[in-house]
Amino acid sequence: MSQLKTQLVILIGISLSVIALYGFLYLEHEWEIGLLLVALPVVILLLKRANMLIYYQKAARLMPRFTLVSFVLGVLVLILLLRHEHFALLMLTTVLLYVTVSLGLTIQFGFAGLVNFAAIAFFGIGAYSMAVLNHYFHAVPDLLIILFSGLTSALLGALLILPILRTRGHYAALITIAFGILLRTFLEVNDVFGGPQGLKVDGLEILGWDFADSFPSVLGGGSFYMAYAIAALLLAAAAYLLTRLIEASWFGLNMDSVRLDEVASASFGINAPRWKITAFMAGNFFAGLAGAVYAAMSGFIAPASFNFADSLLLVSIVLLGGIGNAVAVIPAALLIVVLPEKFQVIQEYRLLLFGIVVILILRFRPSGLMPRGLRQYFTGNSA
Amino acid sequence: MRPAVLKTEDLTVKFGGLKALNGLDFELCEGQFLGLIGPNGSGKTTFFNALTGIYRPASGNVFLHGKDITGASPNKVYGYGITRTFQRLRLATSLSVLDNLIIGNQRNLNFGIWQNIFDRKYFKSQLKEQTEIAEDLLRRFSPDLAALLLKPISSLSMIDRRRVEVCRALISEPKILLLDEPSAGMTPDETRALMDELQGWRAQHPTLSTILIEHEMELINKVSDTCVVLNYGEKIAEGRYSDVSNNPSVRAAYLGED
Ligand SMILES: Nc1ncnc2c1ncn2[C@@H]1O[C@H](COP(=O)(O)OP(=O)(O)OP(=O)(O)O)[C@@H](O)[C@H]1O
Ligand SMILES: [Mg+2]
Repeated sequence: MSQLKTQLVILIGISLSVIALYGFLYLEHEWEIGLLLVALPVVILLLKRANMLIYYQKAARLMPRFTLVSFVLGVLVLILLLRHEHFALLMLTTVLLYVTVSLGLTIQFGFAGLVNFAAIAFFGIGAYSMAVLNHYFHAVPDLLIILFSGLTSALLGALLILPILRTRGHYAALITIAFGILLRTFLEVNDVFGGPQGLKVDGLEILGWDFADSFPSVLGGGSFYMAYAIAALLLAAAAYLLTRLIEASWFGLNMDSVRLDEVASASFGINAPRWKITAFMAGNFFAGLAGAVYAAMSGFIAPASFNFADSLLLVSIVLLGGIGNAVAVIPAALLIVVLPEKFQVIQEYRLLLFGIVVILILRFRPSGLMPRGLRQYFTGNSA
Repeated sequence: MRPAVLKTEDLTVKFGGLKALNGLDFELCEGQFLGLIGPNGSGKTTFFNALTGIYRPASGNVFLHGKDITGASPNKVYGYGITRTFQRLRLATSLSVLDNLIIGNQRNLNFGIWQNIFDRKYFKSQLKEQTEIAEDLLRRFSPDLAALLLKPISSLSMIDRRRVEVCRALISEPKILLLDEPSAGMTPDETRALMDELQGWRAQHPTLSTILIEHEMELINKVSDTCVVLNYGEKIAEGRYSDVSNNPSVRAAYLGED
């Protein structure tokens, strides 16, 4: 394929997905969404039959940077199209923040094999750091505060490292669950952090742009969520890029090796704790960053916003998408975040349904909707 | 007399009440190819695990070039230039041949954050270098293997997997190579092919010392200089294959088992 043709294929693919995304977020009636949900797999299947899907996949594999940039631009257009739709923008932002956290889980679970059922706790640590830091250090630029919130989350996560390294499998999972519950209780009883009532959070102001202002009227104005949607988009894109770079380096190789066989890894000089710690910190850093943006957007956070159920939701995003496949968390997060908002039934039986989904995946398609491919360091040819 | 590279004194490994290895005195010289034989459960794998830091000996010592390395961690042992294969293959089956070999070459990789994540040009040159090393190794060890460089291990036949596992142990240019029953799960023809390749490698690398575990005695005849025979964790014989194979206690151990 010539370069131009490859780019064209990518652009067509991205445009189609953005249109589908628009429909998914914009449509409100259950029957419309239902129709879309039936039509989408049919279209995908037809494209696959016609060998068009593979065409796109090849192209995207050949030019990943171009694909990423086109996708980001596509979603930007989408945000502009949805600029008066508060609720759709809120959903999109949530999806993008969840994508960021899920990418963290992909590094932890997908690469290094560390089960983390406390993702929302690390998200919460980021959120609380944002609330506190922004309150006390008003002079510090918000961008730095977001970064610090991510770091706080990574550092507090380090508390868990020793117990996690010493235990294995289910027990490590239990420790993360316990941590999530502990954190919530700690926040509830601690008045410094507002107790059960929670804390007010100031909005973001980045590079002189106050996010609370509605979107510049030159651009037609719009919902105040627009700015957050854009911030979340850039964050998710950065997290995605970083995840891919980690994967396509010796870091990712060693994490994979540790996950697949710790004994063999050790026999070749791979220091398993080092890679588990790296993965754990990186993942919690992502969760903290996302939490910080979430807190600023919500304007208010409380312990009740960070439930164990949400941690489960995040794990199910990774499982549904395809463990270790960074792209896969995007459609998975969309389905898991947006569907309950669109269908009353799903909302009511959310946990039950996701439980069933997880069981079905583990039983029938353990590698998820989009299984992870062979490791690839660079695009195109050989390695 | 060639210098001893590896030596153990009174090495004992216990599992609860069971002495899987009982007071083993053992010596391996530079360039030697030593066959370690013994019936099932006689402690051969346990010996490797004790050498490589997977099990901690209950008593006794391991010396490498005269230096006491008893109880060193697997990471350290790799750093000392001792590598191994496993009786039940332990390759990363979902990864490519290349990736498995690069894993084996840890000591020559640069793990700086900058050099991995941000300076991708530099990383690319590292990858290229590792790819060349791996490809070259495969070509020298077993020419047909080089074509499989980018294939996942899961698509390889048993013998090719064994070969890759041996190459993973060779790529870092170790001083001591420990091969744990590479014939397991292979046909006699395949085993012969692999033994020939090992022989060929050895001819080109005269200072590499090797211990080859085997529980079929005949197989070892062709490749090894000397043998050590274990039974119930104890050394019951050592010496040239022809002497050892006629040793009455060795025959008894094998007859008793078979
Ligand atoms: N991790 C372990 N825990 C308990 N017992 C063990 C363990 N590893 C080995 N053993 C026991 O130690 C003894 C020696 O086992 P080992 O695996 O070293 O034998 P082997 O000579 O390699 O046999 P094979 O030819 O079957 O591979 C056996 O009785 C085995 O059951
Ligand atoms: Mg054995």
